Amino acid sequence: MKILTGNDLGSGHVVWWDGQGWSRHVHDAVDVGDAADTILAAEEAARRVNASYAISATKGADGTVRPDHIKDRIRALGPTVRPDLALQPSDPHSGNWVI
Amino acid sequence: MYQYDQYDQAMVDARVEEFRGQVARRMAGEITEDQFKPLRLKNGLYLQLHAYMLRVAIPYGTLNGRQMRMLGDIADKYDRGYGHFTTRQNIQYNWIKLEDAPQILADLATVEMHAIQTSGNCIRNISSDHFAGAAADEVVDPRPYAELLRQWSSFHPEFDYLPRKFKIAVIASDTDRAAMRLHDIGIQIVKNDAGEIGARFYVGGGMGRTPMIAPVIREFVPALQMVSYAEACLRVYNRYGRRDNKYKARIKILVHEIGADEYRRQVEEEFAHILTLGLEPPQAEFERIAAFFADPGLESGLADGYDRSDPDFAVWADQNTTPHKQAGYRAVVISLKPAGGIPGDATADQIRLMADLAEVYSLDELRVTHTQNIVLPHVKQSDLYALWQKLDAAGLATANLDLIGDIIACPGLDYCSLANARSIPLAQKISARFAEPERQRALGELKLKISGCINACGHHHAGNIGILGVDRKGTENYQLLLGGSEAADTSLAQIVGPGFSEDGIVDAIETVTNVYLAQRAEGERFLDTYRRLGMAPFKEAIYG
Amino acid sequence: MVEHCLRYRDDEPVGDPAVTVDAFAVQGNATAVRIEPGDDARALLPALDRIALIEINFPSYGDGRGYSAARILREHGYAGELRAVGDVLIDQLSHMRRCGFDAFAPDKPITPDAADKALATWPEVYQKTVDGRSPIWALRHGR
Ligand code: HEM
Ligand code: SF4
Repeated sequence: MKILTGNDLGSGHVVWWDGQGWSRHVHDAVDVGDAADTILAAEEAARRVNASYAISATKGADGTVRPDHIKDRIRALGPTVRPDLALQPSDPHSGNWVI
Repeated sequence: MYQYDQYDQAMVDARVEEFRGQVARRMAGEITEDQFKPLRLKNGLYLQLHAYMLRVAIPYGTLNGRQMRMLGDIADKYDRGYGHFTTRQNIQYNWIKLEDAPQILADLATVEMHAIQTSGNCIRNISSDHFAGAAADEVVDPRPYAELLRQWSSFHPEFDYLPRKFKIAVIASDTDRAAMRLHDIGIQIVKNDAGEIGARFYVGGGMGRTPMIAPVIREFVPALQMVSYAEACLRVYNRYGRRDNKYKARIKILVHEIGADEYRRQVEEEFAHILTLGLEPPQAEFERIAAFFADPGLESGLADGYDRSDPDFAVWADQNTTPHKQAGYRAVVISLKPAGGIPGDATADQIRLMADLAEVYSLDELRVTHTQNIVLPHVKQSDLYALWQKLDAAGLATANLDLIGDIIACPGLDYCSLANARSIPLAQKISARFAEPERQRALGELKLKISGCINACGHHHAGNIGILGVDRKGTENYQLLLGGSEAADTSLAQIVGPGFSEDGIVDAIETVTNVYLAQRAEGERFLDTYRRLGMAPFKEAIYG
Repeated sequence: MVEHCLRYRDDEPVGDPAVTVDAFAVQGNATAVRIEPGDDARALLPALDRIALIEINFPSYGDGRGYSAARILREHGYAGELRAVGDVLIDQLSHMRRCGFDAFAPDKPITPDAADKALATWPEVYQKTVDGRSPIWALRHGR
C-alpha cells in the first residue's frame, strides 16, 4: 500500500495520513492509491503538514501498518535506543517491529 | 572567559527578533518551506526523523556554569530531558517544536549563547582545543584568536552563501586535540624564531565522502593579519569553489583540483589587496578579548600530589585527568560514555550537576570535547577526590578516556534522516562487550569512531578503528576501517574488506583487538602496531 | 524593466540595456554591464569609470558568488549603480547592501517598507566592508 507521512509544521511531530487528517499513529495510515500528489499538495498548501512524502508500506493481517523502509519504521516508533520515549512506551516488543 | 558587551548582546538579540519574525511568517504561510529552510538552518534548526532538532553553538567549546545550567533547563523545558553533545563541540536537542524555537533562542541569549550559523553554507561554529588555557604545551591560549574569528565570521555579509559549509578550528600546541587538519581551515597559533606570535594556515581538510588532510597554505601569518588572511582564503573559495555538485563543493575539492600551490597563489594575491583595505581589528581589540581569558583565577604555590588511597578513585584519576600548566591543578575529563550508554547524551540533571561542579571545583569553566565528553579544566588536585565522589554518584565517573569504551558515535538512523544505519546500538554493544575495565586498560589507547553514513559526522575516517554504516539492500550493514588518527600524526583509516551485520562487526572488532594483543611490541599502542604491521594480519584474522 | 527596482541612490536610473561581460570586452562603449555568477568581476576593473550600471545576477539565492563580485568592484572604486537582480529575497538585502549593492530588482517584488525594515536588521556590524559603516571593533575603541 501507499501511505503518506510528514511532520506537523508547528510541533514537528511525525504524522500519518488517516484519510481525513493527520494521525500520530502509523497504524491509522490509509492506502492512498495514486492520490498521493493531490493530497500532499493540498495539505502542504494549507500548512497542515510539512516535509511530507509518500512511501510504500504493508498491511498486516491484524490491521497494523508496517512501512517498508526501516527509516520510516523508526520514525513511527521513536529512537530504538530510547524505548521510554516511544509513542507507546509500555510495549516491550516494539523494538523488534523496527528490525 | 569572554563576556559579551552591549554590542555582542545587541547582535544576538537582533538575531532572535529576526528569527521570531521568520518563524511567524512561516507559520502564517507568508513563506514556503523552501524559502524558510535556509533561514531556520542558519539558526541551527533542522527537521530530523522525529521532530525539529536544534543545534546550539558552544563557541570553541567553552562555557560557564550558568550557561551549562541553561542547557540543562532547556532540555527539561522544551525537549525531553536530555541533550546530545557532538563532535563539533555543540549540543543538539532532538524534540524541538518550531513554535518554541524563537523563545529558546531568546532564553539562550540571556546567557550569551546562540545557535547562529550552526548549519547552512556559511562559516560554522569555530572549534578549538578543549584544554585551551590549561594545557602545559600550548604556545598561548588559542581562544582569543578563536573569539576574534567568531566575531569576524558572525553575519559575515560576503560569506553567507558559500558553495558549502565551512568549518574552522584553532589550536596552539603541537599536540592536536581538535582534529585541526580535518577542517576546512585549520589554524595553529605558533611562535616564530623572532618570538612573534602568528598563525599557520592549513586549508582544505575535511571528512565526509572524500576525506582529506589539509596542506599548509602559509607557514606564518602575523597575528594582526589573521582576519585578513582568512578573508582572502574565503573569497577565493566563494568565487571558485564548485557549485555544480554539492558533493564536490567543499573547499578541500577546490584545493585538491587546482593544487595547493595555485590556491596559495590566488590567496596571496587577494591577501595583498585586502591588506590595503584596513579590515583587520586593531591590536587593542585583540588585547581586550585576550584579557578575558588571561587569568581564570588560578592559585599559585600549590603543590602537586593528592591522596590516592581509594583504588577506584586512583584508576579514574590516572585515566581521566591530565596535567595542567599550573602546579597543583589537573584538567578533568568527565566521560559521557558509560558502558552500554549513548555516547554524548546527558540528562538535564547531569548537565545541571556538571554546571554546579564547574562552579565549585573548576573556576566556573567547562569545555565540550570533540570526543563528546565534558572537561572541567581547572581542578585543584586537593579537590579531585571530592569531585570524583560526586561524579560517581551521578554515573559520570566512567574511567575510560581514550580507551575502547570512549566511543564517538553520530546519532545515526535513530535520529538522523540522512543515515544508512544506526550507530548508537552498535556503540552500546561494543562498549558492553568490552565493559570490563581491566580489559579496556590492557588494550590501552584505542579510538573507535562510528558514523551512520558517508557524511562522517562520527569521524570514522579518523578512528584507529572506524565503522561506517551502509545500506545493503535495505538492511543495515557496517564497514570496518583501520588505522586512522586525528592527532598531530593525522592519518585516514582504510576499509578492511566486505561489510558486516551488527553482531558480525562486534566480533570483527574483538578479532582485531586480539591480533593487536598477540602482536604488539613493548610500549606500542594499537595504532603503532597497525602502522608497523599494516592491514594484512588483521584482514587475515577477520576473513581468513 | 526597472519597475520593481528598489534604489538607494539619488541619480537618475540608467536606461541602457546591460550587455554581458564578454560583449563588453569587444564593444567597450556600453555603459551598463551584467555579471553572471561565473564571470570574473575583475575583467571590468580597467573600465570602471566608464560604467554607470552593473547588474549582478542571482539566478538562485543560494549562489553567493555575486557578493564577492560586488565587494571587489566597490573595493576598486566603482561608484556607479550596483544592482542585484534575480532571485533576491528580503532576508538577503542587508548583507547585499553591506557588500556594496545600492539597487535591487528582485524577481518577486519587495515593498519599500519591508526592505527598509530588513535593511535595519543589524544595529551594528562586526566587519568592515565597503558600506562605510564603522565595525563594532572600531566603535569599541572610539574610532
Ligand atoms: C543529525 C543531524 C545531522 C545532519 C543532517 C548532518 C549532516 C552532515 C552532512 C551532510 C555532512 C557532510 C558534509 C560534507 O561532506 O560536505 C556532515 C559532516 C559532519 N558532521 Fe554532521 N550531521 C548531523 C549531525 C551531526 C552530529 C550529531 C555531529 C557530531 C557528533 C556532526 C558532526 C559532523 C562532522 C564532524 C562532519 C564532518 C566532517 C567534515 O566537515 O567534513 N554532525 N554532517
Ligand atoms: S554521519 Fe550520516 S548518519 Fe551520522 S549524523 Fe552524519 S549524516 Fe547522520
